[in-house]
Amino acid sequence: MSGVQDLNTPMLALQGVHKRFGGLHAVNDVSFQVAAGSIKAVIGPNGAGKTTLFNLIAGNLPVSAGTIVFQGQEIQGKKTHQVARLGMARTFQNIKLFHGMTALECVMVGRHVQSRSGFFAGMFNLPSTWKEERAIRARSLELLELMQIADLAGVEATSLAFGQQRAVEMARALASEPKLLLLDEPAAGLNIYETAEVARLICAIRDMGVTVLLVEHDMSLVMDISDEIVVLSFGSKLAEDTPANIQKDAEVIKIYLGEDDAG
Amino acid sequence: MLTRKNYSLAGLCLATVGLHLLTVLADAPFYLTQLTMAAYYGLVIIGLGVLMGYAGQISIGHAGFFAIGGYVSAALTTRNLAPFEASWPVRLLDGLGLLVPGQDVYGAHLLTVSPWAACGCAVTAAAVIALIIGVPVLKLKGHYLAMATLGFGTIIYRILLASPYFGEADGISETPGFTLLPALGSWGPLVISGDVEHRVANFYLAWGVLIVGAWLLLNLIGSRVGRALRSLHSSEEAAEASGVDTARFKLQVFILSAVYAAVAGALLTHFNGGIGPSEASVMKSVRYVALVAVGGMTNLWGALIMGVGLTFLSLRGVFGAFDDAVFGLILIFVMLFAPDGILSLRLKPLLRRMFLGGPS
Repeated sequence: MSGVQDLNTPMLALQGVHKRFGGLHAVNDVSFQVAAGSIKAVIGPNGAGKTTLFNLIAGNLPVSAGTIVFQGQEIQGKKTHQVARLGMARTFQNIKLFHGMTALECVMVGRHVQSRSGFFAGMFNLPSTWKEERAIRARSLELLELMQIADLAGVEATSLAFGQQRAVEMARALASEPKLLLLDEPAAGLNIYETAEVARLICAIRDMGVTVLLVEHDMSLVMDISDEIVVLSFGSKLAEDTPANIQKDAEVIKIYLGEDDAG
Repeated sequence: MLTRKNYSLAGLCLATVGLHLLTVLADAPFYLTQLTMAAYYGLVIIGLGVLMGYAGQISIGHAGFFAIGGYVSAALTTRNLAPFEASWPVRLLDGLGLLVPGQDVYGAHLLTVSPWAACGCAVTAAAVIALIIGVPVLKLKGHYLAMATLGFGTIIYRILLASPYFGEADGISETPGFTLLPALGSWGPLVISGDVEHRVANFYLAWGVLIVGAWLLLNLIGSRVGRALRSLHSSEEAAEASGVDTARFKLQVFILSAVYAAVAGALLTHFNGGIGPSEASVMKSVRYVALVAVGGMTNLWGALIMGVGLTFLSLRGVFGAFDDAVFGLILIFVMLFAPDGILSLRLKPLLRRMFLGGPS
């Protein structure tokens, strides 16, 4: 596998993606690309199919039709853990941390794809695993420091405050050293100060060379940090443009503010 | 963490010696027999504990794996292969030196598989069956997985009861001793057998197997794979998104716990000199689950201590004819008052809740 990424190849490309649940057409012929090194946002009203779209990309759901190309490789039909191994990480809208594990341990699970000690190496505590284990721990602590919660490393993750849990989840996602990071409503439930902090963090992540695709309701966050925005409505792509143009788009204003106000 | 684990294991070694000394001081060497048996059952329980407590996959069919280990080893070491001496599989086994000749009580020529090979076959059989069962069954979750494994246990029980080869309701007796090591100099041979002359050696052997088994599992829990197992227990979706191949890890730990059960079954069968179908019964499987719960689902030491302790009391007949009822009752009480296991119990809040009501 060549390590050099052609700058013209998009990090992620969706082509004619459909998802049907019985009679419901949850995602209808959606195509867009995410350029390497950019921040792209997917917005839309409730029920527009944003989270479904994320689940299709991450391999949690099979597509009904269409192709999803990640770093030049088709990934539709792959399992979630295979997609993760290729360099895609995600966070969840309703935080999914591991019960009974400390914040540090949760992040260490994120190092899974970057390490290889197997069943027998673990059972016999082979010396070859020691160095790897130290490296996993060190990098995980580094990421908790980046999230400014290193002091909470030994605390059970699910007992942390909401915003801190978000940070642990973000650290876990980053621990896999992803090429593409999917953030499902990273600012949901946060106050404006915390949201500003998340915005700063997402930009910092982008500056580390990680491409970011996010779903978000908070317009201020999306407009501030995104390079491009895709608008979904009832499963279809309504618009795709820069934040400035999206704000002026009559169609978008109509679905968000209602017909009367737009007129 | 590493040192605490090693201290605990050293403590277990000392406890083993201490138990032996206690039986000597109390002039009750016969206790060693039940302590030996309890250690083998403890091996089943810690294997199941990792599957249930850490990986979060329940199995109400582990007596089935225990029985597969015991029965296959017993059948191969007792069933006469002499009538099939000319057939190629038997000739192949003979060529590999895996068969032992002997004489039955009437002096007739007897040809059986050597215990080493039989035990190997028994454990391999359990692992292969766990693989075949595990692939479809581990796709299920919660109650459905419990019911499917219950079904598996019932099938094994019924097969053993219905097969003349496995002795039907009588089981298999006259299982020969298992010579692990030949005599060396002034040391006698190390034989797994219930004979009085081997009692002390077997006690240390069983506890040694248990300690090594616990050591391997404790290592596993603390390793990268152990973290992956604990993560999929809590959220398979998030574990998958972190790159954990949840289906593969669940299958591997299922097979591992089946192997633990089968090793215990095979060794205990040679120690007891036989095995009966009650070892495969659903009640046994439920008992293993209860013992894991009593010890604390995510507490391997708890499962080990409570498992061995209660099994020992049960084997001593302390619970009398109410044996199974006692284990059922224990299960109910643990679920109500100590869902994290007896050892995690804090008495004061518990008593307050029992007598005053309200949250603790």
